[in-house]
Amino acid sequence: MRSAAPVLTVLAVIVGIWYLAVAPMNVRVALDQAERAGEAVVPEGSVPRRAVSVWRLMRDNSEFVHLGYALERPRLPTPQQVGQELWKTTGEMVQKGRPFSKRGLIYHGWITLQSTLWGFALGTLVGILGAVAIVYSRTAQLSLMPWAIISQTIPIVALAPMIIVLSSQAGIEERGVPKAIISAYLCFFPVLVGMVKGLRAPQPAQLDLLRTYNATGLQSFLRLRLPASVPYLFTSLKVGIAAALVGTIVGELPTGAISGLGARILIGDQFGAPLAIWSALFAAAVLAGALVTLLDLIQRITLKRMGMAT
Amino acid sequence: MSWLILALLVWLGGWALNIWLSRWDRLRAVRIAVPVIFGVTLLVVWEALVRGFGISPVILPAPSVVAQTFAASTDLLWIDFQQTVVKGALRGFTIGAIAAFVAAVLIDRSKFLTRGLLPIGNFVAALPIVGIAPIMVNWFGFDWQSKAAVVVVMVFFPILVNTVQGLNEASAMQRDLMRTYAANYWQTLFRLRLPAAMPFVFNGLKVATTLALIGAIVAEYFGSPTRGMGFRISTGVGSLSIDLVWAEIAVAAIAGTALYGIVAWIEKRVTFWHPSQRR
Repeated sequence: MRSAAPVLTVLAVIVGIWYLAVAPMNVRVALDQAERAGEAVVPEGSVPRRAVSVWRLMRDNSEFVHLGYALERPRLPTPQQVGQELWKTTGEMVQKGRPFSKRGLIYHGWITLQSTLWGFALGTLVGILGAVAIVYSRTAQLSLMPWAIISQTIPIVALAPMIIVLSSQAGIEERGVPKAIISAYLCFFPVLVGMVKGLRAPQPAQLDLLRTYNATGLQSFLRLRLPASVPYLFTSLKVGIAAALVGTIVGELPTGAISGLGARILIGDQFGAPLAIWSALFAAAVLAGALVTLLDLIQRITLKRMGMAT
Repeated sequence: MSWLILALLVWLGGWALNIWLSRWDRLRAVRIAVPVIFGVTLLVVWEALVRGFGISPVILPAPSVVAQTFAASTDLLWIDFQQTVVKGALRGFTIGAIAAFVAAVLIDRSKFLTRGLLPIGNFVAALPIVGIAPIMVNWFGFDWQSKAAVVVVMVFFPILVNTVQGLNEASAMQRDLMRTYAANYWQTLFRLRLPAAMPFVFNGLKVATTLALIGAIVAEYFGSPTRGMGFRISTGVGSLSIDLVWAEIAVAAIAGTALYGIVAWIEKRVTFWHPSQRR
């Protein structure tokens, strides 16, 4: 709680800078609008204005600067506009009794969340299995680990359209499957690295002790290695779920998807609706924050019950 | 049918060879040979499966076809590489890394800012920032500037967070020692704290190399001049020249691995003293 005051201060400063930046960013559009409404703007015409700096424009036309804060298609919307748009597409929908309307962000967020969770589950499974293989087999370690690292240096987005073409040719019409594969690809690596570290966390002395108990390999895995890896697992799960969300949204961007937060960004871009882009971005941020916080909570409860809380 | 049997045989053979080889896992040659054999096995199995099942090249071209296309269109690939990697990703990466580094050193002087900015930086680093690509294309135009802008925003926070964390790495004892030497702030910074921060800085840089390529390619899906890897991939998928798309993916993979390798190589030279570099 010690950091609440600094965080809030920094947030307030960021919002302040944002508000200040809106005026210069939007002044040209605002002046165009004022001119079309028949007002006298210096200099006349949007083409000659292009040669004049925004600061000069703001000084010469100070009475029109406020227009930049209420544009319908701003280059940079105000935080208030973004908040209103967010509320209009979530809270208001709920009040009207249609929370899952296709025009609302709750529906699109739900689509994105589903793919994220599938990808997260798949990626976590692959990561954990890979880690077990790497810890128990020297051959697997030597052959898999370098490729796991190389796989992370390949920009998956290059593969995203390919995965969609492939899966649609393979007869999978569902959009969620390719998106889940992409997000699994992004999220398996942190889990793999964390689990390898966690499964190797027990000291040799502890492993020796189990050997003196005549424990089988499976027993020492279940009773010692697996519990010891839990803190590492949770740390990497938090990184992994954020990566999975990024993967899903990237999977929705270049592929002509029509539902999901990434698709909202794409559609907002194509229809020139910047407010839709910004509200979808913030919805994605809220979703990411909620998922990480949820995992953090589960981590605390689990570690406490296991007696590992610090 | 014979292709499928070949795939199975190559798979089993490669695996057996690797198991046999990994008995000498202390040898450097074995450490390199085993993953290479694994990779080659994958390629051969891919080739054999594509031929065995008669998969149309429109869906999944065989590696040999991709290699031919790669060799035949190096001019095109080179133009795309320059546009996306050299102009977009590398410039953005450099600007973002320098900005984040300077910001971290400035933030570090104030305890208040460190405590306020770090949680926010951590949070922003976990966000899907690629989504800002259409906004940046709108602000900075279609050419490489908008791609670099996306990359700057994407790499900024991971490097910032890691650097600030690294600057706190030098222990109180070490700082006290510097004080007994009558070292001033800058001397302490350059002689003690920045070197101690380097393993963290390089962690951030390594994460950022991948992000830089992702940002540069995704931003091209939202408009680009008629060149660039993202442009070629999206139009290639549309016009069903999938072999060219795979060639671009190969370029992306090589570029990504090379970037990561360069950063890792510099890291090895700079942080040679760190325990993780010991063999």
